[in-house]
Amino acid sequence: MACNASSCQSNCYRDEEQAREEAVDSSTNPVADDNNQNQNVCVKCKSNEPMSATGGDDGRFCADCFRSNLYGKFRLSVTSYAMISPTDNVLVAFSGGTSSRVALQFVHEMQNKSQKNFDASRDRSLPVFGVGVAFIDESSIVPVPSHEIDKAIQEIRLLVSNLAPPRKELHVVPIENICSSNSSDGRDRLKSLLDVVSDATGKEDLLLHLRMLSLQKIASENGYNRLVLGSCTSRIACHVISATVKGQGYSLPADMQYVDARWETPVVLPLRDCLAQELNILCQLDGLKTVELLKGSCAGINGLVSSFVTLLQEENPSRECTIVRTAGKLTPFHFNRIPENNDSNLLSATRRRQKRYNLKPNESISSESFCPICNSPLNKSDLLRLSNLGSCQTSSESFGAACCSSCRFQILPNDPSSMENFYTLLPQPLIARAKHSSYGNLSLLREQIQDCLVSDSEDES
Amino acid sequence: MLAVEMKEAAAKPVKAGGRLCCICNKRRAALKRPKTLEQICRECFYEVFEEEIHQVIVENQLFKPGERIAIGASGGKDSTVLACVLSELNRRHNYGLDLFLLSVDEGITGYRDDSLETVKRNEIQYGLPLKIVSYKDLYGWTMDEIVKTIGLKNNCTFCGVFRRQALDRGAALLKVDKLATGHNADDIAETVLLNILRGDIARLSRCTSIITGEDGPIPRCKPFKYTYEKEIVMYAYFKRLDYFSTECIYSPNAYRGFAREFIKDLERIRPRAILDIIQSGENFRISTSTKMPEQGTCERCGYISSQKWCKACVLLEGLNRGLPKLGIGRSRGLNNDRKKGTKESNAKKSIESKQCGTLDF
Ligand SMILES: [Zn+2]
Ligand SMILES: [Zn+2]
Ligand SMILES: [Zn+2]
Ligand SMILES: [Zn+2]
Ligand SMILES: [Zn+2]
Repeated sequence: MACNASSCQSNCYRDEEQAREEAVDSSTNPVADDNNQNQNVCVKCKSNEPMSATGGDDGRFCADCFRSNLYGKFRLSVTSYAMISPTDNVLVAFSGGTSSRVALQFVHEMQNKSQKNFDASRDRSLPVFGVGVAFIDESSIVPVPSHEIDKAIQEIRLLVSNLAPPRKELHVVPIENICSSNSSDGRDRLKSLLDVVSDATGKEDLLLHLRMLSLQKIASENGYNRLVLGSCTSRIACHVISATVKGQGYSLPADMQYVDARWETPVVLPLRDCLAQELNILCQLDGLKTVELLKGSCAGINGLVSSFVTLLQEENPSRECTIVRTAGKLTPFHFNRIPENNDSNLLSATRRRQKRYNLKPNESISSESFCPICNSPLNKSDLLRLSNLGSCQTSSESFGAACCSSCRFQILPNDPSSMENFYTLLPQPLIARAKHSSYGNLSLLREQIQDCLVSDSEDES
Repeated sequence: MLAVEMKEAAAKPVKAGGRLCCICNKRRAALKRPKTLEQICRECFYEVFEEEIHQVIVENQLFKPGERIAIGASGGKDSTVLACVLSELNRRHNYGLDLFLLSVDEGITGYRDDSLETVKRNEIQYGLPLKIVSYKDLYGWTMDEIVKTIGLKNNCTFCGVFRRQALDRGAALLKVDKLATGHNADDIAETVLLNILRGDIARLSRCTSIITGEDGPIPRCKPFKYTYEKEIVMYAYFKRLDYFSTECIYSPNAYRGFAREFIKDLERIRPRAILDIIQSGENFRISTSTKMPEQGTCERCGYISSQKWCKACVLLEGLNRGLPKLGIGRSRGLNNDRKKGTKESNAKKSIESKQCGTLDF
């Protein structure tokens, strides 16, 4: 299913050597070398008419080949990284935008195909994986008229119910639910929480973390065991740059691999190799309905990064791929793979396939500690600060100390009283996660060895 | 408590003429420190600026007592401030270093001869012996002659390759132990981004090192690794340092590349971003197996090279045989994106700010 190397704009399946070549001299591959070929046929099937004679690389495919190429990238990710197996129950996060719309569509097509196989097979041994859809309603913090929200949600309901069977459950959950089960109380708490964060970028990122927390909550309450995000190459390229700019170089590889199993429900990114531009084209081509409502305009650093990457992509159409490929070479964490599941022999085929992609077994499970806000693995200097924690701390102080330096700078308030306030407003799941993580353990340890710690503080002073 | 309040009250009349320095609380604030946005006085600025560099030198053990150190001097702001600060710190903290100025004369009329005059004045101002190595002596060609032969295209390839080697040769002639260059925090942050944009993981893993080339002929170090460009300019301005600020006349446009502009935009909304980028660069998880190509020596001139001939010798061979394109198109590495930038420079902007390796080495 891998696409023809010279035509695939996102050159995702090329081998290292080619990729390197391409990265070093990225300006040479476009159109020119195909000039002698007949411009009026698709470069892949060599029979149909291409979508556009003048457009970029995408225009050189016919619609069918374009579609199957894109779906092929999705499918290859899913199978190579064991993202979805027949017994799974998959939750697709749908924001209304084109990327998650395509993710939903592709997951749906895949489910549809396995349903057909199931119906056709005699022994019915391979079950069909389940699919649900989650929409996080953020209208409480984005000023949008309520009738527009209602209309959008109505459209989403229609869209999901119009997908061919098997039926997909839709979960529409207001983001403030993460703060309190009572919705008006939750809304107030969420608003006050965001108000405490003064940095515009920090506010935006905190919201992003809360969104993930909400999705995880939906997944765990409804029995899903995979969370599918529509993050595409372009989106991930922006994340690579913004994480670098925010000093999160250490934890960056955790966020941009195909699989991220540090969460209770593992997160998978099957569209990691697809460009936003390609997904937009597909939505147009197939009339996939999107619901652009809560268009969060990026503020601060994130907005700056996204216009920078857009500019670079215009200057060189393979730039986003190169950025993601570079960050892809950073050493991933042990949780960047689907955990082994030995009780199912269905997996053996998958495992064989994984070998081809050179996924190393879990040889070194280092025990990472995570930032309670963004869930990033902490680096050495964060851990050092954590281990130097004084013994007489308030819970908000020890919470703050357990956060990564990036969150400490852009999210946590500076003065102790606002910090106290911030801490009391934090959603329960986040506090709970923090208590499970290192600083919880550390304070537990500390309690146990309290009587021996006298000399400890003397040494430090 | 009361005493403090009284003091503040007493200070009020002074405040009326402007805010007080938030470090010494005595003198009037004269500037907003770019790195922290603190309002401070001139004296405190000199103090923190120099002290931070001293700390970087000490913590990273950049120099050992008795070492001979060459300062790469272009006459530009970075290297001029570096010469000024290093000679001052050497005196103040008894580093015990023998400092030298090392300049490269590319042979660019109206540009380099003027900036060299600046360096010659610096030689007297800071009492540092100056060594100038010229392209003409080393390679038999001046940049003016090269440009006459090959035109304005690709000339920055020559500029960059020749300069790097010229500095090493000059350093060897001076018998120095290390070469200190004026690369500042903005430069390093830009390099981190550029290596990500180009997919160069091997360089990404090393570009934040404060000391490089320890396996090469002369190790290089960057005492300004954490020093903001804006603060260097500010220091030079307030101290009325004598530096040269004209752009290289052969660099096609006096523009800033995309990456540099991006960094300036970032700095505007979050000054700390420059340090954060460097920190990311230091913390990237890169497996040690990602190595640079094996280094050997050039069969012709003995300079380190991963190929049979070093880049400079290939370029020279081309020039001397009247085939100046030799060595420009083929091999990959450091200069590839730069060459591309040069190729497109008439129509488009480059992602990189320093086209010809700049004259602030
Ligand atoms: Zn076709
Ligand atoms: Zn964090
Ligand atoms: Zn002062
Ligand atoms: Zn040579
Ligand atoms: Zn030049």
